[in-house]
Amino acid sequence: MSIMEYNGGSVVAMVGKDCVAIASDLRLGNQALGISSNFQKIFPVTDRIYVGLPGLATDLSTLRERFRFRVNMYTIKEEREIEPETFARLVSSTLYEHRFGPYFIEPVIAGLSKTPSGGVEPFIAATDLIGCLNFAKDFVVAGTASAKIFGVAEGLWEPNLEPEDLFETISQTLMNAVDRDAFSGWGCMVHVITKDRVITRTLKARMD
Amino acid sequence: METSFALTGKGYVIIAADTTAARSIVKMKVDADKIKVLSPHLLMSYSGEPGDTIQFAEYVERNIRLYQIRNLYALTPSAAASWIRRSLAESLRSRNPYAVNLLVGGYDTTSHQPHLYWIDYLGTMTEIPFGAHGYGSYFALSLLDRYHDPEASLEEGLSTLKRCINEVAKRLVVSPDRYTVKVVDKDGVREVEL
Repeated sequence: MSIMEYNGGSVVAMVGKDCVAIASDLRLGNQALGISSNFQKIFPVTDRIYVGLPGLATDLSTLRERFRFRVNMYTIKEEREIEPETFARLVSSTLYEHRFGPYFIEPVIAGLSKTPSGGVEPFIAATDLIGCLNFAKDFVVAGTASAKIFGVAEGLWEPNLEPEDLFETISQTLMNAVDRDAFSGWGCMVHVITKDRVITRTLKARMD
Repeated sequence: METSFALTGKGYVIIAADTTAARSIVKMKVDADKIKVLSPHLLMSYSGEPGDTIQFAEYVERNIRLYQIRNLYALTPSAAASWIRRSLAESLRSRNPYAVNLLVGGYDTTSHQPHLYWIDYLGTMTEIPFGAHGYGSYFALSLLDRYHDPEASLEEGLSTLKRCINEVAKRLVVSPDRYTVKVVDKDGVREVEL
């Protein structure tokens, strides 16, 4: 069995109208044995950027610490907050530094970047475990249920969804996909990032 | 085979670990204490590769003590668990990684909350209300899903622990027959007889 499926877990991010959403399941397992039903995989980077880290759980903790350090260093040196695209490049280069002994994590990044006119623009990206970036205009997926999430998202997602509609779309996508995956599930957590606030909700899901 | 359980309750954490030190099919020792007292309000049970377990547990014990001597205050359970996790995660990608699984339980004297962390040899860490390591976990976890109560008194917690031990004794072929049980609460650490 692959090391990427050892702990289980999935993350998805979607673009809406002047908003983005990122969601994950809450399971931590050891192969088929469930250990925790409240294991966070998504973390805030700044007020407007969130990163999801599905994959091997030990590397999730390590990378979370590494990203926190590097983003803090960036903020101090540049005297400003990091932009989502810059953060995506930082994630990519951090992973590629370990090209021949990688961290077994496929990060998903969701955030709002500032436009010159003072507005916001939704940004999502995902990378593989060695940092190959994938910028998407619609949605990105990662984790043990990624193939299933792709299928449901392809059917449910549409452009320019308002925050509440985007929340419903990403929630239904994730929940229906992880119910078909033995290694993901046990509850979900959804963040919808809008211009002036972040809506965070935990979802009750099937516990089998 | 090696088994350890831990559960939290109202203001306490209980950790239990079996007392056998086995090599291959032979029991070399039947009264080994595999729960270390890391600080006045912190416990750690360890299991895994013999040799690695004791070496790593003593390394952790001495470093936590060193921190307390240098800074006058002991690390909180979450800080101690994070440091231990990082030590294991760094060890994992070294030439000779430690194969040690841990349950770290403590009482946070700043927030007056009990905390329990499940850590495996890869450096996977998660905070849990109850947990187990070893073959006993396959029986104990489902039992704890049914009977664990985060608001239970110490007596109720210990009786839940007894259910786990009895279930493992009944269903596991290679079950241990003796356990050390330690409790940590606002008054500190103490060993209890079941």
